[in-house]
Amino acid sequence: MLKYVAPSTVEEAVTILASASGAAKVLAGGTDLLVQMKSGRVAPEMIVDIKKISGISGIREVDGAFIIGAATPGAVIGECEALQKAWPGVVEGANLIGSTQVQGRASLAGNLCNASPAADSVPAMIAARTTCVIAGANGRREVPVESIPTGPGRTSLKPDEFIVEFHLPKRPPRSADAYLRFIPRTEMDIAVVGAGVNVSLDAGGICTDARVVLGAVAPTAILVPEAATALIGRKLDEMALAALDQAARRACKPIDDKRGTIEYRTKVAGVMARRAASVAFERAGAR
Amino acid sequence: MSKYHVTTIINGEPTEFLCEPQLTLLDVLRDELHLTGSKEGCGSGDCGACSVLVDGRLVCSCLMLAVEAEGHTIVTIEGLAHGNDLHPLQRKFLEHAALQCGFCTPGVLMAAKALLDRNPNPTEEETRYWLAGNLCRCTGYDKIIRAVLDAAAEMRGGHVPS
Repeated sequence: MLKYVAPSTVEEAVTILASASGAAKVLAGGTDLLVQMKSGRVAPEMIVDIKKISGISGIREVDGAFIIGAATPGAVIGECEALQKAWPGVVEGANLIGSTQVQGRASLAGNLCNASPAADSVPAMIAARTTCVIAGANGRREVPVESIPTGPGRTSLKPDEFIVEFHLPKRPPRSADAYLRFIPRTEMDIAVVGAGVNVSLDAGGICTDARVVLGAVAPTAILVPEAATALIGRKLDEMALAALDQAARRACKPIDDKRGTIEYRTKVAGVMARRAASVAFERAGAR
Repeated sequence: MSKYHVTTIINGEPTEFLCEPQLTLLDVLRDELHLTGSKEGCGSGDCGACSVLVDGRLVCSCLMLAVEAEGHTIVTIEGLAHGNDLHPLQRKFLEHAALQCGFCTPGVLMAAKALLDRNPNPTEEETRYWLAGNLCRCTGYDKIIRAVLDAAAEMRGGHVPS
């Protein structure tokens, strides 16, 4: 018999999760969990709804850095003008998840912990050096977002742990990010390839820092340092774009499925990396 | 089997119900409260036929547990008209014949209401993207979009160029 609990503090939630020893599922927006429960893919004995925990939903700006509560719905993220201005790519990724209705519930923590290789919010979060604060029986720890997914549907979280909030760092001047995904229609689909790029430029438009992340071309979103190297120390000219394209394609380890073949996904990854870099450079240059 | 006691406001009325934890808000709206306007199309958040407003935010009631409604304010399609006075969106859907079988219509109307509550003057493109999570297998969408834009114009007190 399923049990539902809605603890009001982080500590209470951790105690419940620890005593449930793996038979519990954390509920934020529920847009993945409820579908999986209905299909029988997961059958938890207990649902731990974290939305009654104070501060778990909402966005705070602290000295130019942003703290996003784990259960903040995509719609709320999209309505935060300060976040949109500082991290347009992170907002783009979060807002590409599902429909308007899904945006009313779906959260960053849910998208990350569902651990789909094609999760739209994840590449941009990794590119942004986002960290997440995890609460568990042994207290709190802060880790990079890229350390959470370990494979399709699998995470590094222990049964007594859950994500409390995300931290986005303060930005240097002339910095911007972008996330683009390729789907064969205009809305309501799952990424064939996603690309998140985050850059900082100097006053002359030369790239001083870059992070390039690809989604849906490996078992998890992948950070591609070679693709960042292709950009750093350069303006975004044809040579830099060609080197970026090649580095992105080399990093791909995709699967063949109905959404795209290995060959197609690999080629598109190069194209999406280039386009996302162009948008990020343009945004950064305009600052 | 233990049931959970849930206190909500539905269509302006304080409403309490008992439910099992695995039931969705849609299950309770339809089977317990007999508000059968919200429809179950897919049950997986893809079709939008079960759309309702929770604290003014558009959601699929099939993707929310009924127990999660505790303390929240819900508006369903039954709350859209005031007595016999149809909401402008409802009137415009009739005028434009923006429905055929009607199964998707309650969800489309709730989604359109959420759009116009936020943006009284949406473009056609904004309207199409906003309603992308509401599937209609009959009309081909054009009449729906025209009805929503016409209702928006009427609610702003203006007229749509013909």
